Amino acid sequence: MSELDALRRTLRIVGAEPSILDDTRIAHVVGHGHHILSQRTVPGLRVDLEERPDAIAGKIVVEAGVQIAQPIHLCFGLAHPTGVQQVLIDVEVGEGAQARVLSHCLFPFATAAEHRMQAVMAIGRNASLAYAEGHYHGPHGGMRVLPHATIRIAKGARYFSDFSLLSGPVGNLDIDYLVEVEEEGVAELSAKIFAHKDDRIALKEAVMLRGERSRGLIKTRVVLEGRARAEITGITEAHARGARGHVDCMEIVQGEAQASAIPIVRVFHPEAKVTHEAAIGSVDRKELETLMARGLAPEQAVELIVSGILR
Amino acid sequence: MNTPSALLDIRNLTFDVERRPILDRLDLTIQVGEIHALLGANGSGKTTLACVLMGCEGYVPSAGRILFNGADLLSLKMHERARSGLTLAWQEPARFEGVTVREYLNLGKPDADPEPALKQVGLDPRRYLDRRVDKALSGGERHRIELASVLSMKPRLAILDEPAAGIDMLSINHIIDIIRTLKENGGSVLLITHQEDVVLMADRASQLCAGRIVFSGGPQETVDHFRGRACVRCDGGTCDHVRA
Repeated sequence: MSELDALRRTLRIVGAEPSILDDTRIAHVVGHGHHILSQRTVPGLRVDLEERPDAIAGKIVVEAGVQIAQPIHLCFGLAHPTGVQQVLIDVEVGEGAQARVLSHCLFPFATAAEHRMQAVMAIGRNASLAYAEGHYHGPHGGMRVLPHATIRIAKGARYFSDFSLLSGPVGNLDIDYLVEVEEEGVAELSAKIFAHKDDRIALKEAVMLRGERSRGLIKTRVVLEGRARAEITGITEAHARGARGHVDCMEIVQGEAQASAIPIVRVFHPEAKVTHEAAIGSVDRKELETLMARGLAPEQAVELIVSGILR
Repeated sequence: MNTPSALLDIRNLTFDVERRPILDRLDLTIQVGEIHALLGANGSGKTTLACVLMGCEGYVPSAGRILFNGADLLSLKMHERARSGLTLAWQEPARFEGVTVREYLNLGKPDADPEPALKQVGLDPRRYLDRRVDKALSGGERHRIELASVLSMKPRLAILDEPAAGIDMLSINHIIDIIRTLKENGGSVLLITHQEDVVLMADRASQLCAGRIVFSGGPQETVDHFRGRACVRCDGGTCDHVRA
């Protein structure tokens, strides 16, 4: 099986149909290691990526005023048990443009592999970008995954991100996102992670509300089982009049797993407001008993509660 | 003594918290197809009885026995009690992030049609089936969905703890209809309520005070008894009626 076929087949695990890569209306990039295996663009979208010995690097630009109808699929991964992939990418969404990106990180056979992503995103005035990132790393938990990004949201722009790691163990996951939001900009960051075995999860998301009436939301849902560990840090700073932020973190701990949540909120303007809520613990007893009172066995009830939280 | 038609037969049931009896040698029988209302002041033990019957964590009685459909209920785990036909709708129903109303009404039977139960509680399936059973629902909506989930289950005995709490007055008739439907489906209902409109639709009623059944009879009779006795105002700890 070719490397392209191996990655195509894994797409279903992260909820995407392999046929998207054949559809001429849908833009995509498939990168294996530091090689670009497949690429297609659509009008209004420029993809300038190059293969380097140490990375896939380059720029993706959505031209000003363009609305990309279909999601842009970025598939990065390795079809081998070992190896390193580094992606250095700049994403620019021009003024008034709209796009959705579905990023699939696929490492189905990894036993000792590494995936590094360094992204810089600039969302232009009144533009909108929805960025969903789905990960699958096979059954071995042999990955180091380091997605790091800096996102700048211009006046009136909107950015929505949705990170999900829901199938299989990962190994080590270290997410670090910094989002800067200008006047009337909106940033909503959502992360859903199900950690297993000996997974180590570090998730740090920071939203800096620089502009007046800017909005920020950090919503994190983490479920841990086995001996997994997680440290979740959600930072929101409000620097301007009318800025509003909220940090919402929920972690469910099962087995010998351990979790910590560090919500940090800072307000530097008297007319700004940031709130936070964090809950860590086992599955809620009342929820569990309600489902058991309808006939679900304890393990079925836990499964339903956990799957609901991670949606 | 267990009569042939008794669905639930509770004898000498005692449940203590730190040596204080919350349920005190309680006896109660519910017949097949009976709607039985349970009245009592705050702290009299109504919700505790519901939790002991359902087998909630920490609600293990220190004495007594409970026969449900002729079998020993106390030897069963909570989900086994539910599978034998017993269920409980809590006064403050839990909320579930991410779980849809459709899923909630189809628990354990994914191929069932959830729409009739939802219509029965006065909610439009087109508007509600794909909503989440979460904080976005109002208290009244959540209550109705809880009742719809009980209806979907078609239990032998449904324990409804304040089923009309948070429901507007115009919708009380919906609640009464639901309770009747449970009976029409061949089930029985243990109805814990303070609302007289709801009590009066029961077949029988009992008054609970300081953990004991102090009166059983017709619903109007029991309401009158509840209103006319000093123990109406008691907090469960100073009831001369029970102590006598």
